[in-house]
Amino acid sequence: MAIVVKRPKLKWYEHLYLPALAKGLRVTMGHFFKLLSGKTKVTMQYPEEKWDANLPEYYRGAPALVTDEQQRERCVACQLCEFICPPRAITIKPEEIPSEDKWAKVEKRPKTFDINMIRCIYCGLCEEVCPEQAIYLRKDYAITGTSREEMIHDKEKLYEIGGVREGLVNKWNELK
Amino acid sequence: MSDEKPDLVDVQIDGEWHQFPKGTRMIEACREAGVEVPHYCYHPKLSSPGNCRMCLVEMGMPPRPRPGDDPPEPDEDGHLPISWMPRPVIACANTVAPNMGIKTDGELTETCREGVMELLLANHPLDCPICDQAGECTLQEFSVEHGKGESNFREQKVKKPKNVDVGPRVRLDDERCIMCSRCIRFTDEIADDPVLGFTDRGSHTTLAVYPGKELANNYSLNTVDICPVGALTSNDFRFQMRVWFMKEVNTIDVNCATGANITVYQREGQIYRITPRQNNDVNSDWMPDSHRLNFHWIHGDDRLTDPLVKDGDSHRIATWQEALATTADKLAGIEGSEMAVIASARMTNEELLMVNRLVKHLDAGHVDTVPRDGESDDYLISADHNPNTNGVKLLLGLDKPGSQLDAIKKGINEGRIKALLCLQENLVEDGGFDAETLGKLDFFLTSYPLANPTADASDVVLPGACWAEKTGTMVNVTGRLQRLNRVVDGPGQTLEPWEIVRDLIQATGGGNGIYSALDIFKQLTEEVSKFADLTWGKIGDLGVPLIETGETIPLIEREKERIAQGIIVG
Repeated sequence: MAIVVKRPKLKWYEHLYLPALAKGLRVTMGHFFKLLSGKTKVTMQYPEEKWDANLPEYYRGAPALVTDEQQRERCVACQLCEFICPPRAITIKPEEIPSEDKWAKVEKRPKTFDINMIRCIYCGLCEEVCPEQAIYLRKDYAITGTSREEMIHDKEKLYEIGGVREGLVNKWNELK
Repeated sequence: MSDEKPDLVDVQIDGEWHQFPKGTRMIEACREAGVEVPHYCYHPKLSSPGNCRMCLVEMGMPPRPRPGDDPPEPDEDGHLPISWMPRPVIACANTVAPNMGIKTDGELTETCREGVMELLLANHPLDCPICDQAGECTLQEFSVEHGKGESNFREQKVKKPKNVDVGPRVRLDDERCIMCSRCIRFTDEIADDPVLGFTDRGSHTTLAVYPGKELANNYSLNTVDICPVGALTSNDFRFQMRVWFMKEVNTIDVNCATGANITVYQREGQIYRITPRQNNDVNSDWMPDSHRLNFHWIHGDDRLTDPLVKDGDSHRIATWQEALATTADKLAGIEGSEMAVIASARMTNEELLMVNRLVKHLDAGHVDTVPRDGESDDYLISADHNPNTNGVKLLLGLDKPGSQLDAIKKGINEGRIKALLCLQENLVEDGGFDAETLGKLDFFLTSYPLANPTADASDVVLPGACWAEKTGTMVNVTGRLQRLNRVVDGPGQTLEPWEIVRDLIQATGGGNGIYSALDIFKQLTEEVSKFADLTWGKIGDLGVPLIETGETIPLIEREKERIAQGIIVG
C-alpha cells in the first residue's frame, strides 16, 4: 500500500530559508567556539593515543589460534576455515600427531597454518565455523609489515597473538 | 542375449505403479523408480545380510480373503487394492512380488529411519573434524536427511580401539564402525582373503583382523571405498586433503590392459587420490591397490620440465623451437631406411595415429613398441601391462608388438640404423637396450615424462606428458574403446605426446592443421574403418566395444556367475 507523505505547509518567511540557515549556523558556531575554548576534544593523537580500552567485546581484529589450559593446540586441521574463508586467506597443511606425543589420541594437527593478512577481511567466518573452538578474532587491528612475506602469519605467530583461552568445551578430555 | 521378455510384475512405489522383472530387489526397484532408499550394509556387488536396518520400508500386498469371502476387485487398470503390513520390511534383501506396494515416505518409514539413525549415532564418536570420510560420509548425510537431530542417549559412549593398523595400506577406527560388514564380505567374496571379522558380539562388537594376519591383499583399499563411514581409511590418503576441496575427473587406469575405470581427485594441479569408478564390463566397482597408488611419481622431482639438447657430454635446457630445429637438422642427412621409430603401447590411439603419420612422412624403415608382458593376478590385472596394445595393433599395423626390437638393436650395432626416435618409452630400463648400443647412433631422440638413463643417452630430450596430463582414447584387453581424460596440467614446458609428434612432423617439413586431440580423433573415425561412426560423445564415460579379442577379465566373469546365481544384484 502506498503511503502518502504529506508535505508540510510552509509559512511565507520559511520559504526564504534564512531562519533555518541561521539556526544551523548557530549550532556550527557553537561547536566551533567550544573547540576554540578547549571545552570539547575530538581528535585523538593516534598512534600515541589509542582507543583500545574502549573496543567493544564483539570487535573483530586479527584471527589467531589459541591453546587451552592444558597447553594443547586446539586446532585439528579440519580445514573448514580454509574452506569458508571468502578471500581464501587461510592455507593449512595437516599432519598426523606422532604416537609418542602426549596428545596422540587427537591424531591430527596442522603442520603449517598460514593466514595471509593482506587478504584477510576480518569477517569472522573462520571463528564461526570452527568445530574445535580453536580460532578467534582478537582485538589486534594494526597489522603492518614491510614485505608481503611478513604479512603472512604462520602458526607460531598465530599462537603468539592468540595465547591461551580457558573455559572452552573440551571434547578431547580423559574420557575420550 | 535372448529376445524373451522377462517376467514383469506390477509394483506400486509411493503411490505410482511401475513394472519390474521378477526377482528385482525392492531397493533396486525403488532406485529405478527414482526413489532413494537409505542403506548402509547393502551393496549391489556383495551378498545382502540385511543387518543395518536402515532400508526399512512399508510394504503391502493384496488382501487374502477368508474362505467363502469374495476375492478383492481389481480397479480399471487391473491393480488389486493393497493392504499394508503393520511392520516394515528391509528393502535390500526382499524381492518384488506381483501387485506389491512399497511406501518409502510414510510416517512409519520415517520413524524407523530416525530410530535406526539414533542407535547408530549413540556410540559414534564426534570425530568428524579429524575424520577423512567427512564430506562423503553416508552417516553424516543420512543423519541430516533422516536423523532426529537429538539423542536420548545420556550414558558414556562405548570405547573401542582407535587408530588400529590392520594392514600395510589400511587403518581401522573401531569407534566409527557401524557394523555394516561390507568390508568383511568384500574380503571374503571378492578378494578371497577372509581376514576380517567381528569379535565381542553385543554392545562391544569390534571389527578385527584374524590374529596373526593382516589385511594385505592387493585389493585391500577397496574396503576403504565401500566403508560407508570413516572406520577404514587409506594410509596413503590419510590427512592429505579434505574431500570437499578436490575436483574429480573420470578417466581410466593405464597400469595394465584392463583399463580399469577410475576417478582421479585433484586440487590446484596436485593429484591426491584415485578411486575406482563403476563399469560392470571392465572393473565392476574395484581396482588393485598397486595401480591405485602408482601416481606419486607424477609430482616427483625427476620429471622432465624442459626440452634438453646435448651439448658435448651434458644436456642443456633449450626452447621447443631449438630442440625441434636441431632434430630436423640431424634427420635431414639421414635416409628413411636408416631411421627407426619406437613408440609406446602406453600412447593413446590419437598419438599412435600421429606416430603412424610420422613414420610414413619420414619413410622410416623400422617401427615397433616395447611390450610389457607380466602375469595376470586372476582378478583385474591383465597379463599385458601396457594399456593400449590393441591400439598399437590397429593403428601401427604391428601383429606382434616387440618382435622387431632385436632387429633394431642389431641394426644399430651393425651401423645400418643411424637415427632412433623413442616416443614415450623407456628403452634402457624396459626395452632391453643398453647405453652402449644407443651411443652408436648418429642421432637419438627421446620424449618421456621422467629423467632416466634413456634420456641421458639421448641427443634431444623432449618432456612428454604422462597419462594424467593428456587426452585420448585407448583400447583395452577385451577390445573396449575407452576415454582417457586430462586431469592436471603437465609441469613446465611439457607437451602432450600428440603435440610432440605433430611438431616433429611439422619441423621435418610435413603438414599440420591439428589443434586438439579431438581433431585427431575425428580424423581417426574418417581414416580407420574400425572407428567409423564413432564420436567422442558416443564413447561416453563407460566406453564402447570396438573389436573382438576373445579375452575376458576373470573377476568380471566370476561376477556374472554370481549374478546368474542370484547371490548378488550386480
